[in-house]
Amino acid sequence: MVTTHTDRAYEAELQELRDKLLAMGGKVEAAIELSVRAVLEREQAIADKVKTDDREVNRLEVEIDSACRRLLALRQPAASDLRFITTALKIVTDLERMGDLAVNIAERGIDLSGAPPLPPQHRLARLAELSEAQLKKALDAFVSRDAAKAEEVMRGDDILDALYLEIFNDLLTLMMEDSRVIRRATALMFVAKHLERFGDHAINLAEMVVFMVRGTDVRHPRSREQA
Amino acid sequence: MSAAAPPKIRVEGLDAWFGETHAVRDVSLDVRPLSVLAVIGPSGCGKSTFLRCLNRMHELVPGGRATGKVTLDGEDLYARGVDPVSIRRRVGMVFQRPNPFPTMTIADNVSAGLRLNGWKGRLEEIVERCLRQAALWDEVKDRLHSPATSLSGGQQQRLCIARALAVEPEVLLMDEPASALDPIATARVEELMHELKARYTIVVVTHNMQQAARVSDQTAFFYMGELVEVGDTETIFTNPREQRTEDYVTGKFG
Repeated sequence: MVTTHTDRAYEAELQELRDKLLAMGGKVEAAIELSVRAVLEREQAIADKVKTDDREVNRLEVEIDSACRRLLALRQPAASDLRFITTALKIVTDLERMGDLAVNIAERGIDLSGAPPLPPQHRLARLAELSEAQLKKALDAFVSRDAAKAEEVMRGDDILDALYLEIFNDLLTLMMEDSRVIRRATALMFVAKHLERFGDHAINLAEMVVFMVRGTDVRHPRSREQA
Repeated sequence: MSAAAPPKIRVEGLDAWFGETHAVRDVSLDVRPLSVLAVIGPSGCGKSTFLRCLNRMHELVPGGRATGKVTLDGEDLYARGVDPVSIRRRVGMVFQRPNPFPTMTIADNVSAGLRLNGWKGRLEEIVERCLRQAALWDEVKDRLHSPATSLSGGQQQRLCIARALAVEPEVLLMDEPASALDPIATARVEELMHELKARYTIVVVTHNMQQAARVSDQTAFFYMGELVEVGDTETIFTNPREQRTEDYVTGKFG
């Protein structure tokens, strides 16, 4: 849509909010990639960087929240603007949680530093790739207001869940075979779980993008059928 | 309110002109009984002209004429032989600027319409009822015989609403009823509209979109004489169907 707001200051405020959300999303994307490297490469310095960078994500959450409140109070937004701003308010919560999950993963990396790797490494790397790709696609859908792309993200969750289950079973088998790996395997199990949760948050983002674009709420279809 | 109830007002293929200017173009919509319909749109979109067609006031303007059909409970307001004065008794009007009769007292302002129609009964009760309905009674009950001009702007506007109610209309048309009032007086008038819709069907023209969002059940958006979209107010302000409505309510016009 080429039309812009008559009030240019308002237009600029909305653009600033959009830019901040994207910056925050980009930081979370970088964080999850780094955190998994910290686990796979057992590199303490990388893990430390994830933790430091997360402060920036937290700062953006607070900034975006306050920008949304200001817009709601001063501009009385309507229609697609209203849907954008209320979506932004919800998206930041998911992004912030995703940042925290990256930190949690990095912390497991610190636990594992110096320990030899376990076999499901490559599957974990694949799970990380997929989770990150889901976030990236959800953010793209948000920027381009593309509900169809958001729906692709929503459909992509099954692969993540299946892969998580495989990793879980692999690690379980390892632990049953050799109790000395339990400590390491449990750490990796947490990493896998965090990645799977990361993917779930990407789904939340995608659902909100569909709402923002179309104005229809696609969350919890089954719960609402029963109501 | 069931959506299946027959409309209080039905407008079908309404066109209105000022001389050569085609101000309202082929508008059709229904107004549900005991509800508030807000009409919004930029200046010159035809919303006030549309409103004035609903009680045949538009034809009082030099060069003003209208064609099409407007029915009130199924009865055609523009049918041959219909007396416009009787229509205006059933469809009352409140204007932008409070316009009490300046030489009359508060009480006389309320009862003016009845006295004009040759009413001979007790006026005190009607004056009290109307002032109560207009949420003005408590403020003026001790000075009913003071000049209407001694009231504040917001009180004068509620007095005009009381005056409109005295002839027991079925529909109230309001043309920017709060645009000359301060925020507190505006809030009073808006609250009053909520109370009044228990008894009256209200059509309000406003250029204040937030006001339309606050007071109305349905909203109609007019642009360049056309009805672009009419629907539930919540839908119009959260997820309108038409791009032009979207652009207007988000402030992307002009």
